Amino acid sequence: MKPRRFLRHIPGFIALAPATLVVLVVYIGCVAWSIQISTTNSRILPSSQYVGLRQYEILFANERWLTSLQNLVIFGLLFIAIAIAIGFLLAILIDQKIQGEGLFRTVYLYPFSMSFVVTGLAWQWILTPANGIEKVVRDLGFPNFRFDWIVDQQMVIYTIVLAAVWHAAGLVMAIALAGLRGIDAEIWKAIRIDGIPKWRAYLFIVIPMLKASLATAVVLLSISVVRLYDLVVAMTHGGPGIASEVPAKFVIDYLFERQNIGLATAGTTVMLVTVLAVLTPYVYLQHRRSLKGGHA
Amino acid sequence: MLSKRTVCLALAGALMSGAAAFTPAQAAELKAEVIHWWTSGGESAAVKVFADQFTKAGGTWIDTAIAGGANARTAAINRVVGGKPPTAMQFNTGKQFDDLVAGDLLRDMDALAKAQNWDKIVPKPILDAVTRNGHVYAVPVNIHAQNWLWYNKAVLEKAGAKEPKTIDELFATLDKIKATGVIPLAFASQKTWERGLFNSLLAAQSRDLFVNVYTKRDVALVKSPEFRKVAEAFGKMRDYTDPSSKGRNWNDATALVITGKAGMQFMGDWAKGEFNAAGQTVGKEYGCVVVGPSYVMGGDVFAFAKIKDADQTAAQDVLAKTLLDPETQIKFNAKKGSVPVRTDIDVSTLDACAQTGAKLLSDPKAQAPAVELMTPATVTGAVEDVISQYWNNPSMPVDDFLNKFAAALKSDI
Repeated sequence: MKPRRFLRHIPGFIALAPATLVVLVVYIGCVAWSIQISTTNSRILPSSQYVGLRQYEILFANERWLTSLQNLVIFGLLFIAIAIAIGFLLAILIDQKIQGEGLFRTVYLYPFSMSFVVTGLAWQWILTPANGIEKVVRDLGFPNFRFDWIVDQQMVIYTIVLAAVWHAAGLVMAIALAGLRGIDAEIWKAIRIDGIPKWRAYLFIVIPMLKASLATAVVLLSISVVRLYDLVVAMTHGGPGIASEVPAKFVIDYLFERQNIGLATAGTTVMLVTVLAVLTPYVYLQHRRSLKGGHA
Repeated sequence: MLSKRTVCLALAGALMSGAAAFTPAQAAELKAEVIHWWTSGGESAAVKVFADQFTKAGGTWIDTAIAGGANARTAAINRVVGGKPPTAMQFNTGKQFDDLVAGDLLRDMDALAKAQNWDKIVPKPILDAVTRNGHVYAVPVNIHAQNWLWYNKAVLEKAGAKEPKTIDELFATLDKIKATGVIPLAFASQKTWERGLFNSLLAAQSRDLFVNVYTKRDVALVKSPEFRKVAEAFGKMRDYTDPSSKGRNWNDATALVITGKAGMQFMGDWAKGEFNAAGQTVGKEYGCVVVGPSYVMGGDVFAFAKIKDADQTAAQDVLAKTLLDPETQIKFNAKKGSVPVRTDIDVSTLDACAQTGAKLLSDPKAQAPAVELMTPATVTGAVEDVISQYWNNPSMPVDDFLNKFAAALKSDI
């Protein structure tokens, strides 16, 4: 039985070979290469002089790197949680068969059509003290109003969360709305017959049924957390000081402007290990579940 | 749906065209492809001088302008490493091409340097910056001073202040401007300019201290009372800037000086282009002065990769010679706003600031190399982070700053 099955799959293997090769050589190969570079003293050009874990020592003695990691955690948790909460809320509001639904959908999704650079610049202008919101409120007759988060080292990372949520909430809404529209009408009928209040119906019946939408949204948002770079560059340049630096920006800066690919690849390696550490338990869990239940 | 065959053909075609791109193009006599990042209005006018002069010398200039210094350098380095180098490539004066020299990828320009007597006519810090192990590896084309103070004459007059020559006078002037309600110091609070302001003050305090801190990278110097004085002066500068300075671009800060909303700005001589573009002339609406004893010099160089092709080598020779030709130097630097690297030519056609600069340039006691000439990019960057942290955190004790500064100087592998 087995050899025949294998023969049947030969065209499939051939078709997949190029893609597999690309994954092996380009992805895995480049990852291996950059890990190797991170153990050398390379600057602009790759060097082969082995320095062990010295680059990692320098990396973790670097205050900017530590701040970057901390920012990534703060940003990641808040951004995903808030974007999902707001996105689902918007979707539920739109789901109330309101008038002009198309208009609201477009308005909410609009920010997502903008690049992070545009988003960042716009929010930079809005948040700059003496220029944006602060000026508007002061002109309205509150001369002592202060809103200077973007220049405050303690608060600046939250302004990045704000801009990113504004950007991504519409996408979450679209995903959630698609899920909501897939809910069987019979379920709504049953809910009505049982006389369950709407908010409880959503919270305890409908949203738990949207697990797949939720997972999609979390995965998409997590990707933008790890690669967070352009928004920070456009909005704060990592400032004030180093208060809003993120790992991707650290790596790019050291790769190009600061001509230190040894330290930059040490940074990418740490990022990779972090992502794997978060991802592996999740994948393992999925795998076990699919073994047990047939489908997840 | 694409059939398999179409895909194969397309792939084969792509591979072949790729191969074609890698066969050396048959170069005609004296064709020079130059990678540079001079893309703004004034900059392209300046680089056109090079192109025209090279054409006059019988060459053909192929312009490969790539916006953004880091992008252009990365592209050039990748081409060199990939085995298809451009004829010439731009770098900033300093350590950016160290690795290329170490990898034996650059031609030395010793013959040209000897023929043109560089050791007599090029200021020593600039010559040192292009010399590695006794060989010259790049042609410097201009000198940009980084520590000018630009001021609005009307604002200073109204405040009853005069142009400051020392740090103490600087504070006196700032106080007087502050009293008139104008922003005393136009500032662009971005990392680069925060570092620029700090280094301008350090150079204003003492040329020797400035040079020694960055070349010797000695903790004792950072902990010296003189250095502490600079750190404190830098901290005090916060009181003379406006809250909207955070994240501002340098040219927007210059615009504040131009329009009289602010009094002064520390910036390199590239700021002159902004004043000129606004139709102002030096000595009339605005003035320029170097505070303190040092003239901090950076600039641009062109480096030439080792190429086997004899035609290309010949083109490199002609181009390199053209760059330092007196006529080219004057015309180019007039457009670029910088100062010629040759100290033996008549600069009377340049504007007043450039003439002051040229005068300072010929005084060895004033010559100070820019930080990029003294420390590798990774150290410059680490120091920049520390300066920026300090500037943006007024509650950081000076001692913390000094400790971090010393650590950053040692952050090199």
